[in-house]
Amino acid sequence: MKFAVVVFPGSNCDHDAYHAVKHVLGQEAAFVWHKDTSLGNADAVILPGGFAYGDYLRTGAIARFSPVMAAVKAFAAQGGPVIGICNGFQVLLEAGLLPGAMLRNNSLQFRCQFVHTRIEHVDTPFTSAGQVGQVLKLPIAHGEGNYFADSATVDALERNRQVIFRYVTAGGDATSQANPNGSVRNIAGLCSEGRNVVGLMPHPERACESALGSADGLVILESIVQSVGAGGGVPLGHEAPSGSSLHV
Amino acid sequence: MSAATVSDALLERHGVTRDEYDRIVQMLGGRPPNLTELGIFSVMWSEHCSYKSSRVHLKTLPTTGPRVLQGPGENAGAVDIGDGLAAVFKIESHNHPSFIEPYQGAATGVGGIIRDIFTMGARPIALLNSLRFGPLDHALVRRTMSGVVAGIAGYGNSIGIPTVGGEIGFDESYTGNPLVNVFCLGIARADEIVKGVASGIGNPVYYVGSKTGRDGIHGATMASAEFDDKSAEKRPAVQVGDPFMEKLLLEACLEVMKSDALVGIQDMGAAGLTCATSEMGSRGGAGIEIDVSLVPQRETGMTPYEIMLSESQERMLLVAKAGREAEVEQIFEKWDLHAVRIGEVTSDGILRVKERGAVVAEIPNRALTDEAPVYHRPFSRPDYLAEAQVLSLAELAPPAPVEDVLLRLLASPTVASKRWVYRQYDHMVRTNTLVLPGMGAGVVRVKGTNRALALSTDCNGRFVYLDPYLGAQLAVAEAARNVACAGGEPIGATNCLNFGNPQRPEIMWQFERAVAGMAEACRALSVPITGGNVSLYNETDGRGVLPTPVIGIVGLIEDASTVVRRVFRAEGDVVILLGENHGELGGSEYLKTAHGMIRGVPPRLDLGREAALQRLLVSAARAHLVSSAHDCAEGGLAVTLAECCFDAGVGVEVNVPEVAGATAGLADIQALFGESASRVALSATPAHAQDVLAMAAAEGIPASVVGRVGGSRIRLSVGGRAVVDLAVETAEAAWATAVERHFDRALASST
Repeated sequence: MKFAVVVFPGSNCDHDAYHAVKHVLGQEAAFVWHKDTSLGNADAVILPGGFAYGDYLRTGAIARFSPVMAAVKAFAAQGGPVIGICNGFQVLLEAGLLPGAMLRNNSLQFRCQFVHTRIEHVDTPFTSAGQVGQVLKLPIAHGEGNYFADSATVDALERNRQVIFRYVTAGGDATSQANPNGSVRNIAGLCSEGRNVVGLMPHPERACESALGSADGLVILESIVQSVGAGGGVPLGHEAPSGSSLHV
Repeated sequence: MSAATVSDALLERHGVTRDEYDRIVQMLGGRPPNLTELGIFSVMWSEHCSYKSSRVHLKTLPTTGPRVLQGPGENAGAVDIGDGLAAVFKIESHNHPSFIEPYQGAATGVGGIIRDIFTMGARPIALLNSLRFGPLDHALVRRTMSGVVAGIAGYGNSIGIPTVGGEIGFDESYTGNPLVNVFCLGIARADEIVKGVASGIGNPVYYVGSKTGRDGIHGATMASAEFDDKSAEKRPAVQVGDPFMEKLLLEACLEVMKSDALVGIQDMGAAGLTCATSEMGSRGGAGIEIDVSLVPQRETGMTPYEIMLSESQERMLLVAKAGREAEVEQIFEKWDLHAVRIGEVTSDGILRVKERGAVVAEIPNRALTDEAPVYHRPFSRPDYLAEAQVLSLAELAPPAPVEDVLLRLLASPTVASKRWVYRQYDHMVRTNTLVLPGMGAGVVRVKGTNRALALSTDCNGRFVYLDPYLGAQLAVAEAARNVACAGGEPIGATNCLNFGNPQRPEIMWQFERAVAGMAEACRALSVPITGGNVSLYNETDGRGVLPTPVIGIVGLIEDASTVVRRVFRAEGDVVILLGENHGELGGSEYLKTAHGMIRGVPPRLDLGREAALQRLLVSAARAHLVSSAHDCAEGGLAVTLAECCFDAGVGVEVNVPEVAGATAGLADIQALFGESASRVALSATPAHAQDVLAMAAAEGIPASVVGRVGGSRIRLSVGGRAVVDLAVETAEAAWATAVERHFDRALASST
């Protein structure tokens, strides 16, 4: 399959995402410059991490106006799988493809460290190869990852089973100690109502080789390869429908 | 402005002496300089740009070797790492700006060294920094340190280059004069290294990057003066960094370099446009003519003087091949940057500056660079040494219980975990970081090869203060030992020499001795110095910092799967101590922490044995015999062993012999906290331990099995007597929280 890795001016995890899908997973990958208006014949789109336009305004606030974002929106509207990682997640929020906003980390400092992240639902193209409740060791690296939405919005997200990743302890509990940035209800990642657009603050592309300290991120990228291989970006998964388990 | 009428006040404002002024007149053929020319001379002849006090000594450093592709004199040095690739690296200081404006001072320090690396055609892949601050119980120090760390993070994180290591030390002498030394390493194709030369008569000279403003005028001159109570007024001379602009420049410049349309390129750092034009011209044996009215300006009404001396950040000067202009311009346009043609290369060797066609400055390039003044400043052995080198162990107050001493040393900020700092740095971006910060030397892999590079920066200023020659040697030995512990063969070095006012003979003596010691150690360990930086005048109100010649060393790991880390790996592994303990306490962390003194002489060093130890470490790592390896430094063996347990979740039980001739009552202290050089605590499986001992014997390195990894406690005995029995958790808590506690407490009391 073919991944499109969008490059905004100031993207700095574009090479990392490219490396992970191309050299670790052995899939096709192409950089798409933000001024391009087409995604080519991509099967999935990655909005990588970084500091698009320097993030001098709000994170992602200018990147959403880049010409390529119209193509990304159209791709998503047709059910195409789109994943935004870190700054890419922030861009998805600003572009309105996912609800909510990012605040500064509650420590008021940038944080780079490994965290534990629990998969909440597997019926998205980016989690279909995982298990509900599976705990992944993934790095974070951000200054504004404190996810916020009003409680009605968050309740709706929970009801619609759109909270896909939560910060947890190594044992899988979503405690406040396990929350590295103050995100409401320990939210680390979301999906769209159509379930094909996923955004998350942790970096799965940095955790695809054990030499780097964790290969737990592979399950996210392998999910999409399997999903597309099995016939498109439509949510697959095989999750028993149930209320989501909340530990907050 | 005639020679007779130029005022002392004007010369003083420019940091130019009357003798230097006379020399300027002579170099201009008897004509007095106009104000613009005087400004140009003053920045190029400043200590920061001309190395006028240090140059004669720097020439004694070894700079060549079979792997050296580029030695000193370019924007950065380069060494061959195999597979057709080069490691391009350098360390640079930003001490003075970081005291005046900590965030921007440190941020622009990072920006400056990154430009030096990509200017050489290398993709920057790792940053380290070597920082020194005063004691953390000063509010001013916490403010400075918070700002410096945030500035490094703000710039490095945004541009996407990981900060993978470094070191931080604390001492009263740095309270009003912190040290901020930043190291950057990049990878280039060995045959595609780009130089900062201007050549080819008529080739166009381009300016690209941020617009020029009035910021940073005379920054180089400021970095060449001491601090006093007026220093805060110099804030306008500190520049403001824009990492986004630099990210665009980095990507665009690397793309232009691939096009073959480029002749040479240089960043505009210290002394801005003046330095870039004169150095590029001088290196190429050519002249450069520019018109300042073409330079993109951020403010109106800027004079040629201001434009030539501005140190606005994120600006590059490049010379393209005539006829290839469109290609170059198109690449910059893609990145929304505008390359502006401001002049051309000439044949006459002159830096000619025009304003709307009228000549406003005309100076031979070489007068500004190669022919800048060189001083043989007088030096004499300082008086303080006679007293400071005397240490009578028998007269020390009796030591506290050994466990208490260990916990206190682990909580000393110099020894303690720097997690509070490095978790603010993105240390994983680019997915090359094999050894995370806080685990010994930083290690990054080189994608597309099996190779990795181990990087370390080190210097114990206390040792240099007590004996500059030996102290500088110990710094080189420690940095090289750190990369060897990770399995890296030391192949190249860069230095950042931080000293006080060179016009004081005792400071100059420290400098001369330290450089001589460094040269000797680099020769003995076969690590050529390929470049670096000198920072003098590190004084506040007449008091100098501890002399701090920081050395950064690059080690080559040919097979990335052989990387060795600091932490113990498995229960049942055998602990081997390599090297000999002489129980030396001169200049030690123990003396400083327990008795508040910096006294005695530093530990002795046998460079031949140090080289053999490093060969052993690298060979054993290559043979996959080593489970962990950690150098003995500040705090001695007890601290080393404790650190091997931290982050490993395992304990250790070790018995070491008493030191021969130990002072009565200090036997345990000398055995556990002495800082003898050339020692490493290594762990290996019982089967591999035999091989390591045999290899040590063959290299003539004293080695003995001293204990075993296991349990959840740190149990240390001296001569069979149990003296430490601490839960790893207890020791680790003291070590892990010591630095952040200072900041959390300050936060709590301010709210």
